Amino acid sequence: MAMTGILRPGHIQLRVLDMDESVNHYCNNIGLIETDRDEQGRVYLKCWDEQDKFSVVLEPSDRSGMDHVAYKVATEQDLWHYESKIKKFGIDTKRVPAGELKGCGERVRFVVPAGHIFELYAEKEQVGNGLSTTNPAPWPRGLKGMEPIRFDHCLLYGNNFEENFKFFTEALDFQLTEQIVDGEVQLAAFLTCSTKAHDVAFIRSEKSAQLHHASFLLGSWEGVLKAGDIISMEDIPLETGPTRHGLTRGQTIYFFDPSGNRNEVFAEDSYVYPDSPVLTWTADNIGQAIFYHSRTLVDSFMGVTS
Amino acid sequence: MPFQITILDTNEVYSCKETQHLLSGMMQLGKKGIPVGCRSGGCGVCKVKIHQGAYATKKMSRDHVSQDEENSGTVLACRVFPQTNISLSVIGHLHKAVMR
Repeated sequence: MAMTGILRPGHIQLRVLDMDESVNHYCNNIGLIETDRDEQGRVYLKCWDEQDKFSVVLEPSDRSGMDHVAYKVATEQDLWHYESKIKKFGIDTKRVPAGELKGCGERVRFVVPAGHIFELYAEKEQVGNGLSTTNPAPWPRGLKGMEPIRFDHCLLYGNNFEENFKFFTEALDFQLTEQIVDGEVQLAAFLTCSTKAHDVAFIRSEKSAQLHHASFLLGSWEGVLKAGDIISMEDIPLETGPTRHGLTRGQTIYFFDPSGNRNEVFAEDSYVYPDSPVLTWTADNIGQAIFYHSRTLVDSFMGVTS
Repeated sequence: MPFQITILDTNEVYSCKETQHLLSGMMQLGKKGIPVGCRSGGCGVCKVKIHQGAYATKKMSRDHVSQDEENSGTVLACRVFPQTNISLSVIGHLHKAVMR
């Protein structure tokens, strides 16, 4: 097995202001599948091609934003290995008992230097992707909305940028894939724990602990266009797209959930191996780095977070 | 019947139906004056002070508007649905969150 340690973003817990509107948005419009609810009023969702029970948790709240994002590690040994590395880096950790989120094993919780709550866990109940594991069909019938394949990554704004970068690359063994630099200063860092263009990205900001967006993978550019159709049909606040990013070369569209948390759906981004070179975008070309076609920054895209 | 919305900072006037939030009315007519962000009550950039007029609201994030503020007419324009003509002034702004 080549991929070990931290495998992927396993779930994101988002705070929402109105649960019914939010479930409608995530299930009927984006097209996630509801798998459970709990006594705290949280709703558990997954994308169709994910094996694990949930990848998005909606939490009823009086404010918007991200409660936490949790990454799945390959084995329980990995969990204790990273708990120890995080502590050695000088960051406190806390164990959240198994079952606090239904179907999820024990989680190791910590606050990263950029201010966000991150967690690691090794176990989550697998409910499957609706397809047989013997002679499987390519996709299940009855999918809704934009038909997202998986929760792919989140992009976060935060402070303590250098320390945060050091933490992710040294304590959590993430690999830098792409970056935006202004001279010697890194403004954006795209990081992977796998072979994806990013499993998380950070943007240098004065504000701590901000969510820029939670992103879902689609199958094709046509899917991104169809997402745009659904956004207009359903009167969802569109921010920008469909277009292409320079960074990651993903084909993309951005919009907001009913609590103002930004969502992305995208297709066909790049990939890396451990020996891939880091791709660098320069600040004087930031327009093209972000929106490859218009080459123009969108004010709200740069300035609005939840 | 649409209501008249006046942005006191710029004297911009536009019309907005009671089924539309204040930002939606402004954007649909290509008008400017209130910063536009998430349009869902979460980012806070469209914060305004309502000086005159009656309106209904939807939930807005307490990170940006406290209960006291909401009670005294400081609200997010994207969560406000007019019931009469309204005059307001702009509090929120789009700041550059990316540090250069």
